[in-house]
Amino acid sequence: MTYPASLVAIGGSAGSLQVILTLLDTINAGFSIPVLLVLHRDPQGESRLEELLSFRSHLVVKEVEDKDIVERGHLYLCPADYHVLIEDDGSFSLDYSEKEHFSRPSIDLAFRAAADVYKEKLVGILLSGANADGAAGLRYIKERKGTTVVQQPADALVRYMPDQALQQSSADFILTGAELTHFLQRLYYVSP
Amino acid sequence: MEPTKTIFLSDEDIELLINDMAVTYGYDFSDYSKASFKRRIERLLMIDHLSSFAELRYRILHDESYFQHVVEEISVTVTEMLRDPGFYRILRDTVVPLLATYPFIKVWHAGCATGEEVYSMAILLQEAGLLHKTLLYATDMNPAALAKARSGIFPLSQMQQYSKNYVASGGTRDFSSYYTASYHLAQFDPALSEKMIFATHNLVTDFSFNSFQLILCRNVLIYFNKKLQDRVLSLFDESLEANGFLALGTKESIRFSSVAPKYKQIAGKEKLWKKVK
Ligand SMILES: C[S@@+](CC[C@H](N)C(=O)[O-])C[C@H]1O[C@@H](n2cnc3c(N)ncnc32)[C@H](O)[C@@H]1O
Repeated sequence: MTYPASLVAIGGSAGSLQVILTLLDTINAGFSIPVLLVLHRDPQGESRLEELLSFRSHLVVKEVEDKDIVERGHLYLCPADYHVLIEDDGSFSLDYSEKEHFSRPSIDLAFRAAADVYKEKLVGILLSGANADGAAGLRYIKERKGTTVVQQPADALVRYMPDQALQQSSADFILTGAELTHFLQRLYYVSP
Repeated sequence: MEPTKTIFLSDEDIELLINDMAVTYGYDFSDYSKASFKRRIERLLMIDHLSSFAELRYRILHDESYFQHVVEEISVTVTEMLRDPGFYRILRDTVVPLLATYPFIKVWHAGCATGEEVYSMAILLQEAGLLHKTLLYATDMNPAALAKARSGIFPLSQMQQYSKNYVASGGTRDFSSYYTASYHLAQFDPALSEKMIFATHNLVTDFSFNSFQLILCRNVLIYFNKKLQDRVLSLFDESLEANGFLALGTKESIRFSSVAPKYKQIAGKEKLWKKVK
């Protein structure tokens, strides 16, 4: 089976970075579907995440700025302390409103905004974390016919977030970090 | 209390609401960023414990004071003193010395929210010995936020963070000398607010009202779509003197706007432009 996708949105918190780095190391060079990474980051520490990811990835890594257009071959990183949303024209909007689940960026918000725009052409992936953020967003994606993936709780460094997600809705796929690469390679790009 | 179930709205709901507000009250939100506007309204349904979208619509249409509350909730007033210290450092080191050369300085804070940004600027100008010859115009569409700004009273719990920001921005005095603490509040020195003028101004509908050497509009444009961003940046362009400065939020940019060619970004990473044409 292969699956059509216009955007892959990945949410993660504590314990998710290692999974993402492995993913970037192993994904083949032909992969060009835009990826949005929504990670809970420390707003104080001037983070080198963008550099770290660029170094590991053949995708163009970019920290989102307001009204950037979603492009193929790009991996977008949510800036610390802003929510990231998507508009109908395929541009990002940043938002500095209230935190959700004590988080900004909030995975729920990004997933919902992306699902409104991409509907069944969205793939949402939720990884390790110690927070309930993302679970409701994943359900929202599923209700709009998108494809949902949850990291197998036993495989996650911190299983709380995947557990929450599986309590709120059944995922289309429950995968280990290692299986994720293979899954992503079965996606093919379709325009929104 | 029962937790209220989140009600999610459709694009059609949002369009109806925007239309109602424009026709009934003359507030036009049609060029706001749709995704974040939708979130504001969904949040409103939740905090006001409304049972349906129809109820919200009815209340907005029939109760003007409720509509005022809606405007206040749509406006995201989250702000901080000396937010992004790196930005204030550049302002202090690069822009303030140039402002000093003018006999009379005029600054506009557009979308000042509860005013923390304006007090931050006043501190910078006072330390440079320029506040006495400055006027700080501070505007927002949200009258409740402006009332707080006018009072100069902020939560004492924030002062530790602000004091850190102050030091990181290059401040060398004792930050606590700028306010007096009483209970859980910090009252800022009235000498700082003497030169501030607060007024409601809506960037969607209102016009240029003066000319300035520095305009700050930080973290406001992110709530607008590209078309409205362009309108607002043109409004700033009309209001900015030659060689004046424009400051935006750290994730905002003028690159999509028609006025971009007239501006030159100073200091690499910070969002500060000089009007060169
Ligand atoms: C996040 S605050 C920015 C505060 C401050 N400038 C900062 O960067 O911390 C955004 C402000 O923009 C104001 N705003 C939104 N739409 C506006 C409009 N059409 N006209 C004027 N102000 C507006 C809101 O009321 C809110 O106070």
